[in-house]
Order: sequence, then C-alpha cells, then structure tokens
Amino acid sequence: MSAKPFLNIDHVDKIFPLGRGKEYVALRDVKLEIRENEIVSIIGHSGCGKSTLLNMIAGLDTISEGVILLEDREINAPGPERAVVFQNHSLLPWLTVYQNIEMAVRKVRDDLNAKEVKEHVMKYIDLVNLDHAKDKYPGEISGGMKQRVGIARALSIEPKVLLMDEPFGALDSLTRANLQDHLMRIQMQTGNTVIIITHDVDEAVLLSDRVIMMTNGPEATIGEILEVNLPRPRERLTLQHNEEYLRCRGAIVEFLYSKFAKHED
Amino acid sequence: MLLRTINIVALPTLLFGVLIAVWSTVANQIPGFPPPMEVWNELLVVLSDPMYDNGAGDQGIALQLLSSLKRVFGGFALAIAVGIPVGLLIGMSKMAQTAFNPYIQILKPVSPLAWLPLALFVFKDVDMTAIFVIFITSIWPIIINTALGVRSVSEDYLNVAKVLQLTAFEKVFQIILPVAVPFIFTGMRLSLGIAWLVIVAAEMLTGGLGIGFWIWDEYNNLNYSHIIIGIILIGVVGYILDTIMGFIADHFDYRKRGRV
Ligand SMILES: Nc1ncnc2c1ncn2[C@@H]1O[C@H](COP(=O)(O)OP(=O)(O)OP(=O)(O)O)[C@@H](O)[C@H]1O
Ligand SMILES: [Mg+2]
Repeated sequence: MSAKPFLNIDHVDKIFPLGRGKEYVALRDVKLEIRENEIVSIIGHSGCGKSTLLNMIAGLDTISEGVILLEDREINAPGPERAVVFQNHSLLPWLTVYQNIEMAVRKVRDDLNAKEVKEHVMKYIDLVNLDHAKDKYPGEISGGMKQRVGIARALSIEPKVLLMDEPFGALDSLTRANLQDHLMRIQMQTGNTVIIITHDVDEAVLLSDRVIMMTNGPEATIGEILEVNLPRPRERLTLQHNEEYLRCRGAIVEFLYSKFAKHED
Repeated sequence: MLLRTINIVALPTLLFGVLIAVWSTVANQIPGFPPPMEVWNELLVVLSDPMYDNGAGDQGIALQLLSSLKRVFGGFALAIAVGIPVGLLIGMSKMAQTAFNPYIQILKPVSPLAWLPLALFVFKDVDMTAIFVIFITSIWPIIINTALGVRSVSEDYLNVAKVLQLTAFEKVFQIILPVAVPFIFTGMRLSLGIAWLVIVAAEMLTGGLGIGFWIWDEYNNLNYSHIIIGIILIGVVGYILDTIMGFIADHFDYRKRGRV
C-alpha cells in the first residue's frame, strides 16, 4: 500500500439517536484506507451499516466519531468530488437522459462553454452506450438503462471517488452482468476510485481489488479485508474455474454464512 | 360502445326534460316565477347585445361578467404572487412552517366575506375591496398546496442537489419547482373556483358593477328571469374557468406527459 492513503476512514463511529435518551450504535471503530484508482466493494448482511458508511463518505450523513479524509481533507459535507450512484438511480423524471447529465455538468464544470458542455455530456453518454436514448425521459427507458444514465451522470462530473450503493441490486442477472462489464471497462478508461456496496458475492469478487466484509450490527465494523489478486481486464467466463477467483469466493461465503451468519428472526 | 354514446347524449337530455318539467310546475305554483320559455327568450335578448354601455349601473351582461372576472383575476394574481413564495418558504423551512401554521389554520376557516366590511373601511373603494376579498379567499389553497408540493420532493432528488452543491436558488428552480408545480396548479384551480363563488356574494354587498351586483339589481327590479339567466351564466363561466385551469395545469405537469 502506498504511503499516504487517498481516502482514509479513521476510527469512525455512527450513532443514531432514537429519542428519549436511547441510541443505536450502528458502526463502531471503522478503519479503512483506500488507494487511488482502487475498486473496493463492501459486503455484509442487510442492516449492518453499509449504506450508512457510504453516506458518511458522501457527506450525506454526519459522522458521530472519528474522521474521514479525502486527500488529507476532512469530509463534512457532500460535494461533486464524491459522486454517488443511488440504488434507485434518482434521475430527475422531468429531464431527458441528456438533460439529466447536462445539469450536473453545467453546475460542476462552469469553466466549459456551451459547445464544450455538449461534447462533454455526449462523451459520457457514449461511454455508457446510450446515444440512441439521449432524448428519452427516464420513464421511457429500462431499469438497466436508467442505472447507466445514473453512472454516466456521476462520472460526468469527474469525481475523485465514485460511490455506488447497490447500483445493480434491482436489476435482473443478465442486465447486471452487462453493467458490471460496463463499469469495469469504464473504470479502466477513467481510472476512478470506486466504492461499491453489494450483496452479491460474485459481483464483489469480479469487480474489486479488495472486498471489505462487515460484521453484523449493532456496533458493526470491518471483519475482514480480502485482496483479490486477479489481473485486469477480467473476463467472467474464464474466471469461472480460476483458482484465485474460487478462493476469494469461498472466503466471502465462509465469512458471511459461517463466521458472521445472520439468522433472521 | 354505441350504447355508451347513446347514453352520453340520452341521459342528460332525459334529465333536462325532467328539469324543465319541474321548473314549469314550480313556475305554475308561484305567481311571477318565470317559466322556462320566458327565460329562454330573455336570454336571447340579453345575449343579443351583451356589450351595451349606458353608463354606470346599466351595462350589457358581457361587461358585467368581465368586470367580475377582472376583480377575480386581480385578487387571484395577487394571491399567486404572495402565496407561492410563502408556500415555498413554509415547505422548505421547518421554522417558517412553525411560525406561519397557527395563523393559516385560524385565518383559513374565516369566510372571506367577513373581511369585506374591514376592507371597505380601509380602502373606501369597491374595486379594491372586491380584489382584497378575492385575494384573501384565494391565498390559502395556494399556500397550502405549494407547501405540500415542496414537501413531496423526494429525498433522492434533494441528495442529488446536495452532491452537486446546488445553491438555494438553483435548488428551487431545478429540483423543487418541477415537482411542486402540479401541486401549485391544484391549489390555483381550487382558489379560482372559490374566488368565482365569492365574487358574486361580494358584489351583491358592495354594489356597483359585476355579475353579482347585476343579479341583486334585477331582484330589486323584480326581473326574476334575469336572476335565473345570471345563475346559468355564472355556472357556465365557472365551468370554462375550471376547464382552462385544468388544461394549463396538465400542460405544466411532467407526469401528464408520459414521463414518470
Ligand atoms: N436514521 C436512522 N435512525 C436510526 N437507525 C438507523 C437510521 N438509519 C439507519 N439506521 C439503522 O442503522 C443500521 C444500518 O443501516 P444501513 O441502511 O446502513 O444498513 P445496510 O447495511 O445498508 O442495509 P441494506 O443492505 O439492507 O441496505 C440499521 O440497523 C438501521 O436500522
Ligand atoms: Mg443499504
């Protein structure tokens, strides 16, 4: 690991006040250092605090204890250098695909003139292969396409970190595989640092340089960190029988269903 | 399908027949009550020269309606100009909501006509009074629906605004208004409906010009068929106003354009 972490999550707690003096300690003492250009996935059972952690990095949720530093600067508010792809895409339904991306670009890149804005927007629409749908409204395109627009919008503001909260969770497995490939290809081109929350073991291994496995709440924290030593570009077909792939997969399954199995009650 | 078309024409026609029959019976029972045919003939006379102007107090029906409409739109425009910003403020700020809410709750149920004497005393002018009464009538639904619209903006959209660091101004125009506009129009439509109800009563009290005054005047002239004509025309104009508002509202509602 490089000497200075790019994103440093330093002894972070998250405590939700529940009213009448009660509180819920969702996260306790979370420590994590993330390198530039790294793809990290966070996996853990439902309710363990994955979204909470991501929202704190995004600045959408307050940090109760500890700090999060991005390039040594403390995070205490949302900002365009940390773009978020939300699970439900959150595109503005009254704007077309083009306009959704354009409004983000216009706001964040005020150095561009009208022509450059257009080129910039088109570049990111190209990147997710949505030229044909650029004038459609979110209500007129499929879930997978919407999510691609969400990714294009997030990337178009050229963030330092791309935060994704179960971006493909609501999609069928074929569409999901397609978007995973998209994401890996785009990340190789742009070199973004990506943090992605997932429930899917295969997705975690396929996409990540490291998989962060979280224990169950309350007082959830990072249980184990798994390095995925697979060269890129990665091909899902050839990975099927790859030893390293199977080792990583096994390690995560072991963690989730044996060491920190969760029994719904 | 054919049956339905027949029904759409046949049922109202049938009901119309019943209505005319009841009306004729009532007219037979009450001496002086104008029968349908008399009102119909009068209506043709009234509509044949709707724009005549023999000075104050003696003007054509269209001019009477127009002066009522002018007052309604004057008060309505004022209510929009004040109501939308106040509604936005209340919707966006918990503090403003806490501050305004008790007054809205107390003032909303007050009949607009209760304001009339006070307004007359303050303005000493019939037009201004009518406009003020319409203003105070129209403003509540606009404020309440605007605030409701603002509050219905989804958390996700606001998160988008936060990540992009939109200014308050940009947030209002790019995120909040597009969501709130359909609600605002619902409020405006309600307001306009009530305003049209209230103007008739207000003009009866203030006198001068306008359809409400006209009806009252014809009552004093013992011209009962004109009263019925007034009622019909008020209904027709009200219906047209509501239809136009509905049309405009749909036009500004992104959900009505197949884009959910
Ligand atoms: N505003 C809040 N007030 C109180 N408790 C909260 C609040 N938000 C989240 N929590 C609790 O914090 C814990 C973590 O929630 P979080 O949404 O981060 O889980 P998650 O890991 O993202 O779950 P999932 O996989 O289902 O999305 C949960 O137990 C949740 O009930
Ligand atoms: Mg979550």
